[in-house]
Parts: sequence; structure tokens; C-alpha cells
Amino acid sequence: MLNISIFKRVVIILVVVAGLVYALPNLFYGQVERHNDAAAAIELSGAETPTPEQEADLSAWPEWLPSGLVNLGLDLRGGAHLLAEVQVEDVYEARMDALWQEVFPILREARSVVGTIRRVPTDDGTLRVRIGNTEAIDDAAELVRQLAQPVTSLTGAGATDIEVAVEGSEIVAQLSDAEKLATDDRTIQQSLEIIRRRVDEVGTREPTIQRQGEDRVLIQVPGLGSADELKALIGTTAQLTFQPVVGRTSDADQAPGPNNVIYPSVDQEGVYYILEDTPVVTGEDLTNAQPTFDTNGRPAVNFSFNPHGARLFGDYTAENVGSPFAIVLDEEVISAPRINEAIPGGSGIITGDFTVEESTNLAVLLRAGALPAEMTFLEERTIGPELGADSIAAGEIASLVAFAGVLLFMGLSYGWFGILANIALILNVGLLFGLLSAIGATLTLPGIAGIVLTIGMAVDANVLVFERIREESKAGRGPARAIDLGYEKALSAIIDANITTFLTAGILFLMGSGPVKGFAVTLGLGILTSVFTAIFVTRLMVVIWFERRRPKTLEV
Amino acid sequence: MRLRLVPKETSWDFFSRSKLTLGFSGLLVVASIIAFFVIGLNFGIDFRGGTTIRTESTQAVDVGEYRDALAPLGLGDVSISEVFDPNFGPDQNVAMVRIQAQDGDQAISVETIRAVEDALQTVDPDITFPSVESVGPKVSGELIWTAVEAVLAAIATVLIYIWLRFEWQFSLGAVIALVHDVVLTIGVFSILQIQFDLAIIAALLTIVGYSLNDTVVVFDRVRENLRRYKKLELQEVLNLSINETLSRTVMTSVTTLIALIALFILGGDVIRGFVFAMIWGVVVGSYSSVFVASAILLRLGVKRDWSKPDAEAGTQFGSAES
Repeated sequence: MLNISIFKRVVIILVVVAGLVYALPNLFYGQVERHNDAAAAIELSGAETPTPEQEADLSAWPEWLPSGLVNLGLDLRGGAHLLAEVQVEDVYEARMDALWQEVFPILREARSVVGTIRRVPTDDGTLRVRIGNTEAIDDAAELVRQLAQPVTSLTGAGATDIEVAVEGSEIVAQLSDAEKLATDDRTIQQSLEIIRRRVDEVGTREPTIQRQGEDRVLIQVPGLGSADELKALIGTTAQLTFQPVVGRTSDADQAPGPNNVIYPSVDQEGVYYILEDTPVVTGEDLTNAQPTFDTNGRPAVNFSFNPHGARLFGDYTAENVGSPFAIVLDEEVISAPRINEAIPGGSGIITGDFTVEESTNLAVLLRAGALPAEMTFLEERTIGPELGADSIAAGEIASLVAFAGVLLFMGLSYGWFGILANIALILNVGLLFGLLSAIGATLTLPGIAGIVLTIGMAVDANVLVFERIREESKAGRGPARAIDLGYEKALSAIIDANITTFLTAGILFLMGSGPVKGFAVTLGLGILTSVFTAIFVTRLMVVIWFERRRPKTLEV
Repeated sequence: MRLRLVPKETSWDFFSRSKLTLGFSGLLVVASIIAFFVIGLNFGIDFRGGTTIRTESTQAVDVGEYRDALAPLGLGDVSISEVFDPNFGPDQNVAMVRIQAQDGDQAISVETIRAVEDALQTVDPDITFPSVESVGPKVSGELIWTAVEAVLAAIATVLIYIWLRFEWQFSLGAVIALVHDVVLTIGVFSILQIQFDLAIIAALLTIVGYSLNDTVVVFDRVRENLRRYKKLELQEVLNLSINETLSRTVMTSVTTLIALIALFILGGDVIRGFVFAMIWGVVVGSYSSVFVASAILLRLGVKRDWSKPDAEAGTQFGSAES
């Protein structure tokens, strides 16, 4: 029947109004964005009273209105996109190095039984130890096996972290599969965390940092100049070490001698330092690093160690007063100051030929810590902000023209009913934007195409109903009955047709990435809103119109 | 005065020449497959790996000069094409430079991009690079498979859904129509050599959705009429159903096309290929729901006895109106 209960009417109207209110901020994009940025900045700084500028930005949009915006994707805003693969195997080797440090003393104690002990170099993430007395190999392997620990993961219950085998006169130890999985997971999580911290330090808006699949990380930073910049920001491993200086030279090819390395100076061309291979302290013991100025007012970086690092650093400086000491970042010597006195407190200052910006960046890198493994970049995209702006402009014009065309065509074809359908279509686009803002979806260029397609297809449900009403009145039914039957009979076609499209949108969402996903989101949500407006909103309008006019015949 | 694209009442016979139309469709499908294998698709970097650089300058694009500037770098296959768009200003000259994937899994190196940009800048000092995109061969190989999986998954889902909702003959008819649409779209991309990238896969899936939308509306009416006119020949039921829904089919196609054509002309060159695929899909999809899906249904035949629902046939929803 044509009756729609008051309760239903109120719910329908409330849903529409709520949708439109959520869509509203997008009409005032610039203002709302300033408001949101100011609000975020105030919350971040924790200041009681915002600055006058923040105050002004804050008042650009009333606090009581929703302030969610449709995020603009990289292709619309411009920015950098990277898909990186984390070389998780790097960590296996580091683990084997650590294991060797444990294995060696144990085997050395048993030297009377096992004979000579030698590590055989490998590059497949295993630890190979050759022992002199082949008959005792099983005993030796057993000693190594005792070092195994249970794996700390849910899936790997009951497994140990290392597997030890015997091959001829060699003991071969490697991480078990369960441990490898657990390690990979930790490596990725750590990498994500470090990348996030580094990107956040630059303070750009809404970066996307996600794990993808097993060992990949997707990084999207809107507003950044280029993918190169992004790589420079996250790709530096920032291994900080403090190493004793053996000598200085200008010949890069000079043999550094046993257990020594030769590293170039960062800021002095042609100067090389010969350093002892084993660092005194590494960046892992750092707890904090801040940009600062030295006593001469030049930019510098202030750092402090944890107790372990502080003790090592204090002892070393106490023993070596008067000798030079190198601060090394990623195999380059930043500076090699002379130790003037013991530094017991565990904090110090790195001076060099820094600009203020460089000292800030160095502090950031040190604070964020080193990436656990190297990354290779499989995919990189840079989209300039102008191209994004052009795309938005083109998308806007195209949407408006599409909109106008469809409105005109519907009006011409269905008269009064067409106008009702048009109002519903406008509400539909409003609702779609409301939904997109409420869930914080990202709008991409294909996403705009999705909206335009929705505009075209949204009328479908109404067309189905109107055609049905036409048929029913032609078959001699009265206006009320025709409208009623029109909605009733068109329903199954509307539902079936939209569910199938919705299913394909769902598949697109699950399997697609980036822009394709954006398209799937707008298409899928567009189907939801258009079915809602056709079944409820247009119907309500038709019913209200019918109650007022009580027409004797229908002009559909 | 109302605008009417379809006469008030039609009783056209859509199947009098069904052999001809099915044959025509079959021919197009074969032609598309041949084109795909002989000419091949103009894969974008998403699927092939490599780098595209978009250049923009106030000076006219001279493809030959660009090519000469890049030749000494020895980057392998480099293609350069000028881009035209009605949205561009008078002194906005845009070109796309595409470089084949270099060795290794990784995306292109910073140094190579620098070298290319420097080389182009010596030709045209005003040149800028609004976008640089690079995909390593490892990812592009996977993207192809994900795309193929996505299209197959969509078709399989649809097969199952329609089978549940209707009967297997409907399902088969709809899916053959879908495959027809997808193959024809791939065929036209192959013949016109329009760049085939990830966005086109999205378009393909949308075509799947749209074409289905159309087919389902016709089938829904067929199902209803089969129940109503129990004695009528299947061919007449189909004809009746198509005629009854014809006005709607045309209306929806036209509104969708209006929107898409606006986007095609004004939406910018970045998504033009994508929109082209959808326009093609709407036209082919509307055609195939009548001349392929329904024609196949006619050939397969349908169980007519709806009054006694049996367990094997998909009549779960059949009793709603009886």
C-alpha cells in the first residue's frame, strides 16, 4: 500500500539529513582542512592555549559540525608512493653472527674433545662450524643444540628457534622455519614502526604506511616532492657507531691492517680515517638525540646512552683521554674529536660541519633507530601537485556536465517523476559524499569516475520503477495501485541487478590496490546509496506528492 | 511533450535472425582473440614493468628531438608520444616518455631518472616532469596474475549468484555474455593499441557488473513472464520480456553513456583509456544481454513447469508470487 508509517518517514528523512550534514564539510574543503590541521596541531603540542593563528584556523569551521573530509588520493593531491620489499633474510645472517658469539665460547671450553674450531663463511643464512676432531662431531652438535630456545609464537608452539645438523666435519645451524616466520614478522613490524616514525618526523598529512603481503611495505606520502625524497628519508639505515681511530690518511686504497677498516670523512674531501673494526658503542644503545648548538654556536646533535652504553662509553673515554675517537654514520666519519676528558654521564655532543637542517635530520635518524633489514624498492611513483590539481579540475567539470546531462534527460523523459528522480539523484550524490567522509575513504581519479558512473547508473533503479508504473497504468490500474505495484514488482530486479554489481565492486576492493581500490569504494558505496534513495527516498517523495494531489491519472 | 527513445509499445522479434547475430558475436570474439595473439596488447608499466615520465613544457613537443636526446643513454626500448587534451591551455605541451624495465627486480634507479630528465632538459630548458612512475618487473608480473584472478573471480561469483537466484541455463547465458563482453573489450584495446594498465582491469570488472545488471533485469522479467504465461513458447516469452524492458534498457544505457561521454571528453587524458573501456562496455553489454545472453537461454531451453517446485531446480524464490 502507499502508506508509509510516520516512524519510517522520520527515519528516512533523518538518514538523508545526517548524510548531507556529513557531506557538508567537503563543500568547504579549504576551511575545514585548516580547522582540522589546527586542531591536530593543538592536540599534538598539548598546549593549553592555542596560538592566535591556530585560533583563527580553528574558528574557520564550527566545532559542532562534523569535520570529516574525503581524503584526496595521491593522484589528486600529488605526492610520493613507494612499494618496498624488506630483505628479511638480512636478519637471519645477523642472528647467525650472534649465535656464533654464543657457540664459540662453548666449543672452546670443549676443545680437548672437539679439536680446532673454525667458522666457515656462508651467504645462505646458516652458521657452519668446522671442527678438527670429526669423531666428536655429534657431541659438538649436541652442545650447539642446547642453545636452542623455544619459539615464542602462537603457530610455532613446540618448535625451537634453531635447527642443528651435521654435514661431514661441519656443524650446520640455521633458524627453524617457525622461527624464520616469527623473525620475518618482527622484522616487518619493526620496519613499519621505524618508517612511520621517520615519515611522521617530517610532519606531512595522512601518510599511508601499510604492510602488503608477506614482506612488503607500501608507503604513500601526499605532498612530498618526489619518491627520491621519500627514499632518502626512509632508506638511510643510520647505523651509528663510535670507533677508536688508528690513523688518518689521504689514500683511499691504503691497506688498513688487520681488524681495521678505512672510512671516508663526510665533509672533508680526500680525508680517510683508519678505524678499529669493533665499535665501542653502537646506535642501539642510544636513548635520545636532539639538535642543539655547540659552545661556538654551531649546529650540533646532542645524544644520550642507556646505562649499558653509558658504562662502555664512560670506561673507554676514561682510558683513552687524549686519543681521537670517530663518530661514524653509515660507514662515513662524521667527526673525529679528541677525547679531552672522561665522559661518565652517558651523554655527549656530535659536532661537525652541519647546517641546522642537517643536524635536525641527523637527530631524527638517530632517534628513529636503524632499519632492521635493507629494503629494495619495487615500485615508485611521483605525482606532481599541479597534475593532481588539473585532474581534480577536469574531474569536477566532467562530473558537473555529466550531472546536468543526466538531470536534463531524466526530466525530459519522465516529466514530474523525472524531477523527483533528479532530486533523489542529487541527494544520492550528497549521501555518497557523506558516507565517504564518515568512513574517511580516499578519493582517487578512478574514484571520481566511479562517482560519475554512479550518477549514470543511480537512475537505473528509478527507471525500473517508473517503467513498471507506466506498464501498470497502461494495464488499466488506478494511480495508487500502479505506483504500489510498480515498486513491488521492480524490487526483485533492482535487488538482483545491484547485488551482482556490488559483488564485482567487492572483488575489485579485495584484489585491487591503490587507485583501483578507490574506484571500488565509490562504486560499491554508490550502489548502496542509490538503492537506498530509489527504494526509500524517491518512494517517500512520490507518496507525499500523491497524498497531496490525489491525481486521477498518472503522467509517467 | 515527452522524450521517448523507444516507442510506447514494441513487439520486435529479437530472435528471427538469432543465428546471424550469434554468428556475428562469435566472429567478433574470434577476431578479438586473434588480435590479442597476433597484435597483442599495449601493456602499460603496471603489467610490463618500466618507467613512464610525463613531461610538460611551454614549447612544442618534438618527439624526434626527445628521442635523439635519450638515445645515447642506452635504455633499450623507449617510446615517446605527445598527449592531446581539450583541457590543456594553448602553451601546455605534454608528452609521455616510456622506458622499458631495466635489469633486476627493482624499480628504475634514481640515477637513470636523473639522466633522462637532464637529457630532456638540454633539448627543452622549460620542461618539467609532473609525474614519474616506475614499476619493477617483479611487481608487474604479479599484477598481471592478480588482474586475471580478479576477472575470473568476478565471473565465477556471478555464475554462482545467478545460478542460485535463477537456474543454470540463465547462469550460463549470463556468463557467456560476460565473457563475450570482456573478450571484445580486450580485442578493441588490442586493435586500437590503447594502453592497457591496471585501471583498465577496473573498467573490465565494471563492464562485468554493468553487463550483468542489464542481463539480470531482462532475466528477472523472463522469470516473471514464464510464470505468468505458462503456455507461451519460450521464444515469445523472451521476446515479450525484452520488449517490455527495452525502454528501461535504453534509458539506463543512455544516462550512463551521457555521464561517461562527459567524462571522456572533459575528464582529462589520465583516465581517458579507462573511460573509453567503460563506454565500449556499456554498448557491448547492452547488446549482449539481448543478443547473446537471451539467445543462449533460448537455445538451452528452460524448465517450464513452475507450478510444482522440485528440489533440483533453482526455484527458491519462485513461490513468492504464486
